[in-house]
Amino acid sequence: MDFTRREALAIGGAAALSFVLPLRANAAVDDLIAEFTGGADIGDSGVELTAPEIAENGNTVPIEVSAPGASAIMVLAAGNPTPPVATFNFGPLAASQTASTRIRLAGTQDVIAIAKLEDGSFARSAKTVKVTIGGCGG
Amino acid sequence: MISRRDFLQVSMAASALVGASGFGNWSRLAAQQALTQEQLLQFDTFGNVSLIHVTDIHAQLKPIYFREPSMNIGVGANKGVVPHVTGAEFRRLYGIDDGSPSHYALSSGDFSALAREYGRVGGLDRVATVVNAIRADRPDALLLDGGDTWHGSYTCYHTEGQDMVNAMNGLKPDAMTFHWEFTLGSDRVAEIVKGLRFAALGQNIFDAEWDEPAELFPPYKFFERGGVKIAVIGQAFPYMPIANPGWMFPEYSFGIRDENMQAMVDEVRAQGAELVVCLSHNGFDVDKKMAGVVKGIDVILSGHTHDALPEPVLVGDTIIVASGSNGKFVSRVDLNVQNGRMMGFRHKLIPIFSDVIEPDAEMTALIDEQRAPYEAELKEVIGQTDSLLYRRGNFDGSWDNLICDALLSEREAEIALSPGVRWGPSLIPGQDITREDIWNVTSMTYGEAYRSEMSGEMLKIVLEDVADNIFNPDPYYQQGGDMVRTGGLGYRIDISKPQGERISDMTLLKTGEPIDPGRNYVIAGWASVNEGTEGPKIWDVVEAHIAKLGTVTVSDNDSVTVVGA
Repeated sequence: MDFTRREALAIGGAAALSFVLPLRANAAVDDLIAEFTGGADIGDSGVELTAPEIAENGNTVPIEVSAPGASAIMVLAAGNPTPPVATFNFGPLAASQTASTRIRLAGTQDVIAIAKLEDGSFARSAKTVKVTIGGCGG
Repeated sequence: MISRRDFLQVSMAASALVGASGFGNWSRLAAQQALTQEQLLQFDTFGNVSLIHVTDIHAQLKPIYFREPSMNIGVGANKGVVPHVTGAEFRRLYGIDDGSPSHYALSSGDFSALAREYGRVGGLDRVATVVNAIRADRPDALLLDGGDTWHGSYTCYHTEGQDMVNAMNGLKPDAMTFHWEFTLGSDRVAEIVKGLRFAALGQNIFDAEWDEPAELFPPYKFFERGGVKIAVIGQAFPYMPIANPGWMFPEYSFGIRDENMQAMVDEVRAQGAELVVCLSHNGFDVDKKMAGVVKGIDVILSGHTHDALPEPVLVGDTIIVASGSNGKFVSRVDLNVQNGRMMGFRHKLIPIFSDVIEPDAEMTALIDEQRAPYEAELKEVIGQTDSLLYRRGNFDGSWDNLICDALLSEREAEIALSPGVRWGPSLIPGQDITREDIWNVTSMTYGEAYRSEMSGEMLKIVLEDVADNIFNPDPYYQQGGDMVRTGGLGYRIDISKPQGERISDMTLLKTGEPIDPGRNYVIAGWASVNEGTEGPKIWDVVEAHIAKLGTVTVSDNDSVTVVGA
């Protein structure tokens, strides 16, 4: 079968992709959390983080955070070159303490949400979001 | 007072008895002589509701051979448990005699010989006979199609799914959910769905732009059957835009969305649902995990991973039913629902032995009508096979070895990659290979066979990535399917390691040299999810290769060493 230069350049499969292995948490993450909490202990209930298990598009990953009664929720993408995504502040008149947005992920990593709850304590939730090449289905 | 749990346990035993009467009790010769339609359909109608489940038909309208896998490794909590039990071990687990019809239908081993004895399986006209017989017992039985219906054959490709839509209309399902259907492109899917005579369900089919439920696909539908208010919730394949080309259906977003599933279960319960059925294309392990996370689902009809199980698997109070693929099985599930609770069930996985089950004449005519315009092309003999050609297996199947050989030789590549899909019937030694047979294992809307260069480093990243999509210990991170098949490349894989550490000893088989991370290799493959992929169609590549060979002999592929399983 003839093969042309044009075909040789038509990159298929995964060749055009640049995703690498799961990204380790950026060292600054612990510092950022400590700064947010003032070093206080962090519980694991009180904040919910909704994110896909596997991102359909790592450039725009929908996430939602919710923490009833919280005054602030910080969201970090632990493996991004710049981990801070957003800190949502809720005033006393806020009807609900829920926020959703889309974030960009450099690769497979943990997304972390830390909430400052009504009683001043802190809660943490994290979810691994996989950024994958994909390509084979059943 | 017997608790609900006890009831389920008791009826689980009852179900096993039905399974036993349906499976494994016939001696080999007796079976050949005496296996009757009546026996296959025998079922003591139970309770007040019947569900009929078909799934992953992959456009197989006619009887075929289909060999089940001999390797299907489970990881994490699913290691060594069904459906990750194969061959003789599977038969021991369910008390199935070697050489029995159930051996042939449900497990690998001695396949070619048993295929000659028991003949082909499937055929939608035989499925129609079974469905009609169940409806004769229970006229208001619900027929539910788990999806992967409008994909996988020559006629399906050329009619853009219309042959399957027409044939399924003849079967009159009540609802379906989706996966490969979306690879027809979102416009075509919308066109078909708008005219569909049954519900198109998917609680996890969302509008990509607004991340809101997509209007075209309701999350659930209510049915009143046997005086019972039944809610059927759809669950489409969660990872469509990742495992298949997302650019073909950019309007949609999927995902498991188990929190929304819980919300839907709560919603239908609040509206008075007495029985909640999830029609799922998650894949078996994902369904098992979801059954533990989401409370209140009575029955999950599981599809995608093509597992055929003679008994349901129980997770808490949820039963999970797996009904195989390629039209080879129909599941019947009878339920006793009282006062809004599922009090018991009786189940039978009915293998469609095509020589035993009488075809339904009306459906035969309908199928023939779909095929008539293409009959000459379908029947054309391209070559013969001396070997058993099959697809299922975690790392290779002889069909894929042949496809990889075709890519290496026709595309003059050093390494070939072939996707680890699980659809595609088998051929037994001595059979002709027709054009239809080639299309049955290659047909898709993105079948371009690309040729490009890839560095050794990138090749490893690809293998690691695909391996993690299959062997990640958390089922929610698995996409179903099998490992990408390789031609011209050997490697060692340690299943137990994390991503990035599983693959080692990559070797270019042609020279025996280790793969050099820094060197570029000429790679040929097909089924790229990338837009704009160019190359000849894979079925043309394979046809050219087989035509040159005349008679195909495929040797075992021992180029992958598997450890840690």
